Amino acid sequence: MESEFISTMVLTFKLASITTLILLFIAIPLASFLVFSKMRFKSIIETVVSMPLVLPPSVLGFYLLLAFSPASAIGSFLTEHGIRLAFSFEGLVIGSVLFSLPFMVHPIQSALAQVPPSIFEAAYTLGKSKLETMLRVILPSIRHGLISGIVLAFAHTVGEFGVILMIGGNIPDETRVASIAIYDEVESLNYAMAHQYALTLFIVTFSILLLVYTLNKKSLGGIR
Amino acid sequence: MIVINITKRLDTAEGSINAHFDLAINDGEFLTLFGPSGAGKTTLMRMIAGLEKPDGGTIEVDGEVWFDGSKKINLPPQKRSIGFVFQDYALFPTMSVRENLLFAAENAQQRHNVDELIELVELSQLSNRLPATLSGGQKQRVALARALVRHPKILLLDEPLSALDPSMRQKLQDELSLIHDRLGVTTLLVSHDIAETVKLSDRLAQVESGHIKRLCSPMEFFSPQSLSGKLQLIGEVLKIEEDTPVFIVTLLVGSSIVRTVLSSSEASELTIGGHAIISTKAFNPILIPLP
Repeated sequence: MESEFISTMVLTFKLASITTLILLFIAIPLASFLVFSKMRFKSIIETVVSMPLVLPPSVLGFYLLLAFSPASAIGSFLTEHGIRLAFSFEGLVIGSVLFSLPFMVHPIQSALAQVPPSIFEAAYTLGKSKLETMLRVILPSIRHGLISGIVLAFAHTVGEFGVILMIGGNIPDETRVASIAIYDEVESLNYAMAHQYALTLFIVTFSILLLVYTLNKKSLGGIR
Repeated sequence: MIVINITKRLDTAEGSINAHFDLAINDGEFLTLFGPSGAGKTTLMRMIAGLEKPDGGTIEVDGEVWFDGSKKINLPPQKRSIGFVFQDYALFPTMSVRENLLFAAENAQQRHNVDELIELVELSQLSNRLPATLSGGQKQRVALARALVRHPKILLLDEPLSALDPSMRQKLQDELSLIHDRLGVTTLLVSHDIAETVKLSDRLAQVESGHIKRLCSPMEFFSPQSLSGKLQLIGEVLKIEEDTPVFIVTLLVGSSIVRTVLSSSEASELTIGGHAIISTKAFNPILIPLP
């Protein structure tokens, strides 16, 4: 029982960490695009990114399940190449990335929008490329937005339930994460175990947020 | 030698105008672009920097083509030897004063000269501070020093002193003048301030609705030739008071107040906040040294 608890928690945080890392790489270019692009259809992309905020998780889960099923075009293509996404950890990662996307993109997007255009231009007039400007000037100056995005995306993935239930089910060591486990234990009237999961999630989430806010406050000081 | 001959469609409050700038700047010259806002001064500066694209024409710097509309040459700002000082300073917020300058340096020699530049703008004491902890005047100095790190062929100053209080403004004008004399870098300044323009520039380009209306020395510009006064000062009109049958006009010259008596017809030509030349004739000014 105890080892099952540990493996479930490890799986939960493994999923959240991988999801957050993937999101970070997707969200920075995506947020830059949303802030700086003058493309006409930008608002459509903006809407798609924000959809998971209002869409019931079961809707997203349902469509992902359909897409992953071997009966669909995507699913059959993947099955032919030996990839099975439905009821697998990889499938959960894809679902989590989609579902937590706005939580990573929005803080980065609003932080980027607040950077004065002259900061970019100053770096260009000093001979720096767009990439170097982004890495050395812009990303450090929007670090609060990055940290907010990381924390929100991580916490949101840890707390995710609907999508995972739809596409992952409840397979120990593969798709059984903490939020599912709590539901499962309550269903089988095992309140002590449910409580163990719930309290652990509560404490861990509280500690992460507290740490981030403390660090954020400190780094706002002036002299280094 | 910088030779500019470019066109650009400008969208202003009064509709769009076809701007055409034809200008040659000599090596080491301090040239000021002077004129109302919306005339295209800043746009001209940004086109020289490569931050905005002209519609046509050429920009040539020491024989090197930076822009040629017909040959589709348009060097990006990174490839142009420029130093740009922005109105809002645009300092990098996460870097200290020294790091801001070091970021600009391209090679060991320039990195080595960073401390010298910091000393030149009198910021040695503050070199480890972050921009957020500096005053407006200090930020301005950092921005100026940073723009000089790469030994640019042209220094572009976009109303760099407009956000500062008058005394800081004056101090920085002096410093700017000193730095220009010492480094001899070709400088282009955008300014609204007459005193600043007279004090700093070798030549002045009056820009009006997308064209250079006049190009002359500042004294020529502000003093009509018909005047033969022995002492001429430029001041800002602060107050016009009626004291029948005359008017008493108060002017600010530099940081001193000058009051003078005018007839009603003379006074009617003046506006409060406008500028005027004070010219006195028929006697020699007396200079008494201050202790």
